[in-house]
Amino acid sequence: MAMVTAAIWPALDYSRVPYRLYHDTEIYAFEQERIFRGPAWSFLGLEAEIPEPGDFRASYVGETPVVFNRDEAGGVKAFVNRCAHRGALVRRELSGNAAQHICIYHQWCYGLDGGLTAIPFRRGIRGKGGLDPSFEMSAHGLRPLRVGNINGALFGTLSEDAEPLEDYLGAPILIRRLFDRPVRVLGYNRQRIRGNWKLYAENTRDNYHASLLHEFLVTFGLDRSTQVGGVRMDPRHRHNITWAEADSDTDEFAHQAYSSARVRNDHLSLKEPALVTFRPEREDKLNIAITSVFPSAVFVQISNSLAVRQIRPRGVDEVEVFQTVIGYKDDPPEMTLHRLRQANLVGPAGLVSMEDGEAIEIAHRASKPDLDRATVIELGGGGVISDRDYRVTDVPLRGFWSYYAELLGIEPEGAVR
Amino acid sequence: MKVDRAAVYDLLAEYGGLIDAAKYDEWLGLFAEECRYQIVPRENYDRGLPAALIFCDSRAVLEDRIRALREANKYNIHTDRHIIGLPRTLGAGNDELVVEAPFAVYQTDQEGETRLFAAGLYRDHLGPGEYGLKIRDKLILLDTFAVPSLLATPL
Repeated sequence: MAMVTAAIWPALDYSRVPYRLYHDTEIYAFEQERIFRGPAWSFLGLEAEIPEPGDFRASYVGETPVVFNRDEAGGVKAFVNRCAHRGALVRRELSGNAAQHICIYHQWCYGLDGGLTAIPFRRGIRGKGGLDPSFEMSAHGLRPLRVGNINGALFGTLSEDAEPLEDYLGAPILIRRLFDRPVRVLGYNRQRIRGNWKLYAENTRDNYHASLLHEFLVTFGLDRSTQVGGVRMDPRHRHNITWAEADSDTDEFAHQAYSSARVRNDHLSLKEPALVTFRPEREDKLNIAITSVFPSAVFVQISNSLAVRQIRPRGVDEVEVFQTVIGYKDDPPEMTLHRLRQANLVGPAGLVSMEDGEAIEIAHRASKPDLDRATVIELGGGGVISDRDYRVTDVPLRGFWSYYAELLGIEPEGAVR
Repeated sequence: MKVDRAAVYDLLAEYGGLIDAAKYDEWLGLFAEECRYQIVPRENYDRGLPAALIFCDSRAVLEDRIRALREANKYNIHTDRHIIGLPRTLGAGNDELVVEAPFAVYQTDQEGETRLFAAGLYRDHLGPGEYGLKIRDKLILLDTFAVPSLLATPL
């Protein structure tokens, strides 16, 4: 099979990404193997979604369907949602409560630990047919995932070689920050974008685009690049935290800075200012905190709107962004209403996020015919990949690609890390 | 309130027609001064979860939405086409009608390709206005909750 090699990189600091990486179906299949079925941890869902024994939810690791549930003892288990018999989806519902998981095709039964518990007509009928007595039930359970839990945010991996989740995340302080109180799920939304999944993974690490593409941020005074903020990565540069502090710049400074960009910054007042009013909930002043975890999870605080996004690849040409909108269990009704109002900011119809769908589609569309050309990633400079205390930067994209190259085994000799 | 089918038909026809013609200010005129407008994924509605894709719990928020659409948001260049099905009356109070109507919205891009963008159900609370019925509360239950590309123009 013609496979991708280290020779694909035009630059050792990952400042050039060949369009081929977004469009080649063989590379896509290789990613599913080396990343999603490899030693990376994928976000599965929330413990808050399965409070009682028997509660289950369907999710994905890459394109692989998985289900996670709470077992009789109160533990969380996850497994590939695929019958050991004929490879059919065992759990067809997205969520529910059950004592066991039964495949409809031939009614093979699995317990909440994923173990195979019963097979109809195992001994045949009147001593005829059925399975050979040597058939081992214990060898045919649902394929288990290792599960990791950060304050109720559940991650899973199919790989025995994956390092412990805590080590993998490095310094996951903004995940712990988001989950510092028990959460409540307010709902879900989904967006199907006709573009490669990595364009979305890059987008969440791209601080440069935020106030340029999403004009609402600046036009209505919610966030601008002139605020104090920056990007911070884990030691291996695979994850990224994009952050900004509320009320940390002046109007005058912002006007000056944005005079060269075609972005208005005239603080047009909204008829309903609650849409953008930030109510501090912690001692820090962060009103933007976006944590991207390689490969496919994004933990988002934009003002008082909170969410987790799961990037679900759907073939080389499409990605679903599955977003779980959350609040806290102890939110008073008035705060829940505030969060539901601010949920207008995010998601497929989000006042500050809808543009991402369009940006990714036009990047995917125009890059497709010319696979050997490459994107340019040089905001914040090339060379060494490191944290920045400013926001006009896309350095974390190079961090993403450096770990991507490592997992695919295509790191060029002398690569910048 | 007397069930005036012709008035309901007129309102629904105007509703779809004005969006498809991108006349959003006139479209806003179909809503009462005190109104709500919500697009809720069926996935949430069926589970009793409150989060919406668009949550306008006052006319002010709805007007902000339209203003943002015009002055800040960028989205796929397209035209909308609403196909609104026959309404059924769910209830009639003293000064209010509750009606439900299925809808589909097709989007056509600049190169003439049309795709089904959304299917769902309108559940409207309507009250009397000066020249016909006004929308007091519109709940849009979105069957197509895996939103294709993005959702910018109103459903």
